[in-house]
Formats: sequence, C-alpha cells, structure tokens
Amino acid sequence: MAPILRSTSLLAFFVCHISLFFCFFASNLPISSGSEDSYTITGRVRIPASTVIGHAAKFSNIKVVLNGGQNVTFLRPDGYFTFHKVPAGTHLIEVNAMGYFFSPVRVDVSARHHGKVQATLTETRRSLTELVLEPLRAEQYYEMREPFNVMAIAKSPMGLMVGFMVVVVFLMPKLMENIDPEEMKSAQEQMRSQGVPSLSSLLPASR
Amino acid sequence: MAIRVFLVLVLFLSSAIVSFSLYEDQAGLADWHQRYIGKVKHAVFHTQKTGRKRVIVSTEENVVASLDLRHGEIFWRHVLGTKDAIDGVGIALGKYVITLSSEGSTLRAWNLPDGQMVWETALHSAHHSKSLLSVPINLKVDKDYPITVFGGGYLHAVSALDGEVLWEKDFTAEGFEVQRVLQPLGSTVIYVLGFVNLSEAVVYQIDSKIGEVVAQKSMVFPGGFSGEISSVSSDKVVVLDSKKSILVTIGFIDGDISFQKTPVSDLVENSGNAEILSPLLSNMLAVKVNKRTIFVKVGGEGKLEVVDSLSDETAMSDSLPVADDQEAFASVHHEGSKIHLMVKLVNELDNVLLRETIQMDQHRGRVHKVFMNNYVRTDRSNGFRALIVMEDHSLLLLQQGAIVWSREEGLASVTDVTTAELPVEKDGVSVAKVEHTLFEWLKGHVLKLKGSLLLASPEDVVAIQELRVKSSGKNKLTRDHNGFRKLILALTRAGKLFALHTGDGRIVWSMLLKSQACERPNGISLYQWQVPHHHAMDKNPSVLVVGRCGSDSSAPGVLSFVDVYTGKEITSSDIGHSVVQVLPLPFTDSTEQRLHLIADTVGHVHLYPKTSEALSIFQREFQNIYWYTVGADDGIIRGHVMKSSCSGETADEYCFTTRELWTVVFPSESEKIISTLTRKPNEVVHTQAKVNTDQDLLYKYVSRNLLFVATVSPKGAGEIGSVTPEESSLVVYLIDTITGRILHRLSHQGCQGPVHAVFSENWVVYHYFNLRAHKYEVTVVEIYDQSRAENKNVWKLILGKHNLTAPITSYSRPEVFTKSQSYFFAQSVKTIAVTSTAKGITSKQLLIGTIGDQILALDKRFVDPRRTLNPSQAEKEEGIIPLTDSLPIIPQSYVTHSHRVEGLKGIVTAPSKLESTTHVFAYGVDLFYTRLAPSKTYDSLTDDFSYALLLITIVALVAAIYITWALSEKKELSEKWR
Repeated sequence: MAPILRSTSLLAFFVCHISLFFCFFASNLPISSGSEDSYTITGRVRIPASTVIGHAAKFSNIKVVLNGGQNVTFLRPDGYFTFHKVPAGTHLIEVNAMGYFFSPVRVDVSARHHGKVQATLTETRRSLTELVLEPLRAEQYYEMREPFNVMAIAKSPMGLMVGFMVVVVFLMPKLMENIDPEEMKSAQEQMRSQGVPSLSSLLPASR
Repeated sequence: MAIRVFLVLVLFLSSAIVSFSLYEDQAGLADWHQRYIGKVKHAVFHTQKTGRKRVIVSTEENVVASLDLRHGEIFWRHVLGTKDAIDGVGIALGKYVITLSSEGSTLRAWNLPDGQMVWETALHSAHHSKSLLSVPINLKVDKDYPITVFGGGYLHAVSALDGEVLWEKDFTAEGFEVQRVLQPLGSTVIYVLGFVNLSEAVVYQIDSKIGEVVAQKSMVFPGGFSGEISSVSSDKVVVLDSKKSILVTIGFIDGDISFQKTPVSDLVENSGNAEILSPLLSNMLAVKVNKRTIFVKVGGEGKLEVVDSLSDETAMSDSLPVADDQEAFASVHHEGSKIHLMVKLVNELDNVLLRETIQMDQHRGRVHKVFMNNYVRTDRSNGFRALIVMEDHSLLLLQQGAIVWSREEGLASVTDVTTAELPVEKDGVSVAKVEHTLFEWLKGHVLKLKGSLLLASPEDVVAIQELRVKSSGKNKLTRDHNGFRKLILALTRAGKLFALHTGDGRIVWSMLLKSQACERPNGISLYQWQVPHHHAMDKNPSVLVVGRCGSDSSAPGVLSFVDVYTGKEITSSDIGHSVVQVLPLPFTDSTEQRLHLIADTVGHVHLYPKTSEALSIFQREFQNIYWYTVGADDGIIRGHVMKSSCSGETADEYCFTTRELWTVVFPSESEKIISTLTRKPNEVVHTQAKVNTDQDLLYKYVSRNLLFVATVSPKGAGEIGSVTPEESSLVVYLIDTITGRILHRLSHQGCQGPVHAVFSENWVVYHYFNLRAHKYEVTVVEIYDQSRAENKNVWKLILGKHNLTAPITSYSRPEVFTKSQSYFFAQSVKTIAVTSTAKGITSKQLLIGTIGDQILALDKRFVDPRRTLNPSQAEKEEGIIPLTDSLPIIPQSYVTHSHRVEGLKGIVTAPSKLESTTHVFAYGVDLFYTRLAPSKTYDSLTDDFSYALLLITIVALVAAIYITWALSEKKELSEKWR
C-alpha cells in the first residue's frame, strides 16, 4: 500500500511543479453549487528541503487553521489543504507545524470575482501570487550546547579563579624580581617593624 | 580593584541571559507530558491482518486515534477543530480510516498505519440533522464499493479510493431523513430506509453505481414514529411509535414495505415507556422497559417474543459474526466491586461462550460502553476481547479475565485545577533515600561534566539522564524544602477528582464524585476548603468539589469535601439548591475551614460550612460582603450586597437574600460582553511602589475589586472574516466591583474578539484581533494610584505629612491614571496566564497558549508601557527594552519545547516555596507540567551546577599551592647555598 501512496504523491508533486499556473487556477474556482456566497480556499504548504533540520517535516502533524480556530484542516500527502464553505471576506490562515514558524496569511475572498483569492503574508507584508505557504524560519526549541572549548572553561568562575591563581603564582615573582633590591629591602624592614601582617591589616577598611 | 572587576564580570555573566531556555538533554527532567484522547464514542477494531493489532477510536473531544491493542499506546491521533464533532468512523479498503464529522458535511480518510490524511471531501448539507456513515465491509482492495453518507438532507456516495463524490441525491425537498442504508453483499442495489416527518416510512432502492432510484415505496404509519430505530436484519428494522408504547417492525423485502405492530405491554406486564437501546444484534433487539433490559427476538414474519431479561445496569456490545453463521455479543454488568463479562450467542442466549469476572476499581463507576472483538486462538476456538468505556471516561481492554491495559481518559476533559501540599516528612519515618558512596557520587559528577562539555558518548548520556532522575528524588510522596513536590488536583467533566504528582505526573489517588440525588453529577469547580498551617496543624488539608446534577445551571448542586492526603471523601452533601457562583470569603473558622458563599438561580446565597461558628463570623462581616454577577446575554453587570436572612418554610438560617447595589448597563445595540476577568484572589504583590528611572515613585493601584470587561459591537462578535473594520470596535473597561465605578475605558476601533486576557497586580494584558492591520494585537494597561503620588517627597515623609497611613477604603473614589501600549503578535492565542511566585519578588512572565497548542513564555518587560523607541541610558540600565511594533517569538522560550498540549484549554500556575520558581500546569486533551524560573534560579544552584568542576578546581589549587611551596623551598635552599 505504501508504494501506491508514494507514487501518487510524487505524481501530484510533479504535476504541480510543471504547472503551477494550473494549481492557482484551481484554487480560484468556487464550488459550483450550494449557497451563493460560500467559496473554497485551496492552498499548499511547502517546506523547502534546505530548512529541514534533524527531524524531517511530517505532513501528518501539520494543521492549517482558519480564523483562529473556526476551521481546522490537515494536509494531504502532497501538501495541499482546502477550506470549504468559506464566505466572501477577509480571512486569516495560520499553519501550525512543530519546528517551523509560518507567517499568518491574510486571505481576501472576493465575492465580485467569484471567490478569487488574494493572499498576503501579514508578517512580511509580502503578497503571494499563489497560495503556497513556506515557513519563515525553522525553530529550534532547545539551546545548543556549545562544543567543548577552552575559552568556555576559562570564562567560567572556576576558570577565572584558576587563572587568577596562575597569574599570582607565576607573574608575581617576576614582578618582584623587577623591583629594585634596595626598595625591597626597605619594604621588608618596614614589614618587620610592623610585625607579622595579620589578615585585618590587609583589608583596606582597617587602614 | 582586580577583585572588583572580577565581581562585576561574574555578575554580568550571570545576569546576561534571562530568557527561558532548555538544553535538549534537560527535557523531561522537570517537566512531563501526557497524551490522552477523551471519552470514546466509536471504536473499530483492525485485527484481521497479522502484525500490529489496533483499534481506531473517535472521542467526544473530537479526536480520532489509532491505539495499540496490546499496550493501549497511541500510534497516531488527530485532534479536529472544536466545531468538527465526529459522527462516525469506519475502515475502508482495509487501509483507510474514514471519519465523518461536522454533522455529516466533512468526510476524511486517514492512512491507517501512520495517520496521514489521504483525502478530504466536503459534502453538501442544507440543514442540521443527524448524520449517518455507512462504510461497506469488504476485504478486497480491488473492488471499490462506495461509502454512503447521509447528512443535512443529502445522500452521497463517495469513492473510498480518492474521496470523489460519485453521486448525490437531494432529499431536502421531501424532508426525507435516512435512518438505515443496507448494502447487501455482492449486489449493486442499496436499500435506503428513512422517514418523512416521522410519520411515513419510505424505502428507496438505489443503484449504487450511478445513483439512480430503481424503485421507491412509501407507507404512512398513522401513529408516527419516535425516531428510535434498531435494524435487526438485512430486511427488517424495528421502530418505536411516537407514544413509545408500540414496537413497529418494518419489513422491506424487495422494496415492499410492511408494518407489524406489537404493543410493548404484550411483551412485558405493566410496561411504561420503552426505549430501544443502541446495540445492533442480529434478529434481536434490546429494549429498556421498567428499568430492565429485555431482549426481543424478531421472528421470520416480524413476530416479536421476549427471550431474556436483564437488570438495568448492563452494557452491551453490537453483535459480531463468529464461526458457523452465528453471531455473538458481549454484555457487562456489575456486582459489588466486580464486573461480569459475558459473551453469548444471539440465537441461543443460554449458550454462554465466555464468562469472566474481573475486579474493578469502585472509582471507575459503571460500564458505559462495550466494544467487542474476536480472534481465533491457536486451538481454533474463538477468543474474545472487550474494550469498555467506564463512567469516569476511562478506557479498558479486557482479555482472558484480566485488564490488559487501561487509559485514564477522564483527564482529557479537565474542568478545574488546584494544587495542594504533600504531607510533611515525619521523624523516624525514613523515606527511601539512596546514599551514594563518595566514589559513585564523584563518578556521577564526572559523567555530568562530560555531558556538559559534549564529550559524553550516547551510553553516557543515558546514564546521565537516569542519574539525574534518580538523584533528584523528585517522585517522593513528601514535602520538600523547595516546594517542588506538590499535588495537582484536577477535576474532570465526568466528576472525577485526580491527584497528580508534580514529579512524574503519576496518579496518586482518584475519586469519583457521588450523589444520592442523581446518577452522575458533573464536576464544575474546585476550591481550597481547609489549608491548615497555623492552628489545626494535625488536620489534613481538604478541598471542596462542587458538582451539579445535569448540565443545566438550575440543576441541584452537589458538594464533596475531600481529604487531600488520602483522597478519601470526608463528607458529601446534596445541597437542595442550584449553584451559579461560588465565592470563597477571606475568613476562616477556628479549624481553618474557609467560609464559602454559594449563590443560586433564585438570587439567594447560602453559607458553608453550616456551623454556628461560621455563621457568627459571617454575621460580623455581613455589611462588608459584596459580589457581582455578569449577565453576558443582556449586557448588564450587577453588584450585590447582603440583605437579610431568607424567609419561607424551606429556608434555614444559613440562607440569605441579597439586594442589587449597582448596575452597569452596556447598550445592547453597540456593545456585547465577550470577556470578563478579575485578579487571582490569592496573588501576592511584593511592592506597591515602582521606582522610575528619574528617581520618581509610582504607586501601583492594587485592588482585589477590579473587574476587567471587554465588549465588542454585536456585528464583531462573530468570526474574523465576517465583519469589516468599520463595523467593529472593541471596548475594554476596568470596573470597581464594590461601587460599580468605571475607572478606565479604552476603545479600539476596527478591532474584534476573541479577547484573551490576564490580570495581575496592577496590570491587564489582553489579546485581540486588529481588523485594519489584519493582525493580532496585545495591549497592556497599567493602573497607578494618583492620590498617593504626592508621597514621594522625602520631607513630607519625614514630617509625617503623608497619607500612607490613612486607611484605604473601597468606597472612596480612587484617583487613578493608566498607561497603556499595544504591540502586534503573530499568532492566535487560546489562553494566557502569568507566573506566580511565593513572595511576588521575581519578575513575571506571561504564558501564552498559542493556537499551535504550545506555550510561549514572554517576559513581562516586553509588555511594559514605558518602552520607548530610544530608551535613555538610565532606562536601559533599568532593563527597558527598545520599543518594537511586534512582540518577539523566541523558539527557545516555548516552555513546552518539542511537545504540543493538544486541545489546550487552560494554564494554571502555582508558586513553589523557592521564590524564583513557579509550577506551570497546562491542560487540554493533553496534560503538561513544568517548573519555571522566570529570572533564572537566582536563589539556588541549578541542576547543571558542576560540582566536579568545583572539586577539580579546588584540587588543582591545592596541588598548585603544594607545588609552588616545594618550588619556593627548593629555590630558597639553592639561594642559601649560593
């Protein structure tokens, strides 16, 4: 059964690729009978292969929502969706797909032109010549763990502590060497006269 | 200096990242997600082929799902729109699941293995009517028998392969309502039986290939039918007449109609009204008379005779062909705490094929529905399995005398949620705590370190996850320091109360609401009844469950008091009056039971608990009790006060009459109430004042008596596409509920609902649709107290010339001013909530339940009316974000990360003891729980904190000290030798 399905979906895909014009035309057709002012909106969701991250986009988990929940429909294997019995007016279509952000689409169904559909992305204000919805961006719900690098460790509080110690241990003696020996001697004498330096004397507040 | 720089650096690093975010390996540590489907309406088994055995179900929550028959897990499921109720489900061609929904106007086919929608067909329907789906049972894939669908006055034949409508018949003119479609196997003619105006039976013979009517016969039945019908064989149906006292057998052999009347009183003595039960049995029907179920056998000439009679509490399945042209059906009845499952042959009711007795939990109630399926055992005998739906909506599979699996589907229709503390860990009672040896402890931390440095192998990652779950001890049944372990109490529509553990979401206990007055009370709401913390410490906390006998608001109410620790019902009472509104009062009695007022439809209020102590407390505060009612239909908000005790013979001393104090009337021609909201009564506000960047003080107007009301023009109350921007406007009000004063009014031209709002402290944030921009908008309104604004002068404070100590009264006219700002938002919203913490110090986050059933955490700083395009340096330092026209949607701040809370209905937040952290529980068809720290866990180390790195650093430092010491010794020695 699966091979049959796949072949049909591929075929539909192919047909639509070579004749996008036809697809658009079909979307403009109102239903032939029934009440006068109810039309059909047909569109298509396409997820470009380049934006597929990790998990492949499963059409079975994508919902298309009209007017904030008035109607909910699902995608066919070829990515097409249809809203039936939509009155003329200005509507809003949203696509919910895990892992992708779709701009809501403003859809004007014209009563004068027998259900001619005009679509505009509300986020980018880009008008669509055909109702093919593509995600604005892929969404990553998790923070990416940064790969192991030395800088990250060095930046962490512990790393800074170690770095500070290293500076004290290895650079301080070097600094001491540069000090004039006579000055050093006088400083040492001064310290001796003051006695053993206690912790309190080191604190700036006690001085 | 260096230290200072270092400190500043550390502070900067720790404060830079504020948004909620999660690493992938942290998913599932503090959160859990449970998937449900709801109460099952229809079930179709698919067990013919080898391989996965499954059952396709459709539910009252508009879910169609494929379940694994072995374990009860969901293979796939789809939640349809809220108005897209499923009327029928079937399997066509052995590979497609067919669902009929929206009163017979939408037909969809889903691929059986993976749930991908294959085709969708919209069918004509002229009016509302009951709908009918008839999927031909054939196993041959090559032959395409059409699916016949009746709904809204049209009969359609639809090809199962591609959903193409083969033909349709318009019956709207005749008023013909199809009752049964019979498709004899191998024949191209289908028989369509229906009624015209419930008085005339009509049979059409239609060629199923082209839809042409071959023959038509009709016959008028003088008494009229009641509409209840049971088809007993391929050419006979049995109907009840309009008085429900005569059973009419309608035979339509070869298109000829014949009636045969049998009064029910001929079958049963002293019969009352009869009722035909839904199970379809071959050559037999089940009728409910005098609270008993009788089985009536239909003879060859339409003669009826009673063959068996059962007690009322019996649920039955449809009959099912078993070997040798025989049909069997299952029946389940209760006996004490056990249920008996019996499978009998339809023709010989004494021949019981299967008799099983199963111990059943009392809190599941009675059996509502039975679906039976048979299989052939290895010894070629018939085995049976039964899927049963219980009164609490749970779904169980019975096989070989045991419950193979069960699903708590009641949790798919949660109506109210509250949280409760777990018992304190007592001395001496050691709770199993695994003490690690130092080596293990270190090993674990080294593993964690490896994980955080991305050096871990996949096995290590698994080990880390296990370790984390185990070491956190999050599943214990006692209170913890941080208040992370709590019970979530969820009341379901079926009237069952569940206690879920926040650690892993398991059900700690559950309890079914009972009532003497009616069979099945519905659950409405939950209240904290007793939260002992100062005085009655030895008492267990308890909750009040309010239920109702029936769906009508005037139906009598049921109260139940449930012990939170044990899950046992303390008392329950059938209160004689209806329940319209429950008002928890801010008073408790000596045992810390909270006083509640319950308003009924007559306009009286009733005080609970009914004790003299509660009454005396209430009498003291009699003058100070106000409440309001919202009449959404007539557009009037009324304020009420207490008047006097009830008079009349039925009244007791706990009943009081009320008097209307004020009304706010919205003009019905221009405004219609669509949303009202108040603050959460138990919300904690940390500070009343807000310091501006220019050292200016603003006093928040924090009042418990503020009501947010949103109205739209009546034309704009419909859906988005139905109105032009000129015709619709949205007005929001802030109303004081004590005096009825309108404190603030804000109108949005060219906007419409639905409005979703959240009210906290001194601000309201609401979401609505802007028709002009054709985008959703979010507006924030903050209310500040003007009368205390002069107090910012320090000299006044020192000299005591301030009014801070002046008593605040709700009667006075507050001088308030508001600030507001609007932003665009790129998604539809289902619900909005706000985080709540123990002391209210932590900054808040809005939790926005989006149309995609995800929950987005949005920092309150993004909806701050003080945002400007170019904030000054001082404002930036304060954390004011530059103004943008739309609110950002950062994917990492979805608290539900890669999950969807399908059918999201509400979000509940509750504080934990740790100030930084809040519990978030979202419910819909699914349940989701997580813990959030809106400003990061500043008061505790995170789980991520690497003890190993700390240890290594210390070891390295100590080692360095020793090495340098040794080196310096050596150097000193060599210097001395020199």
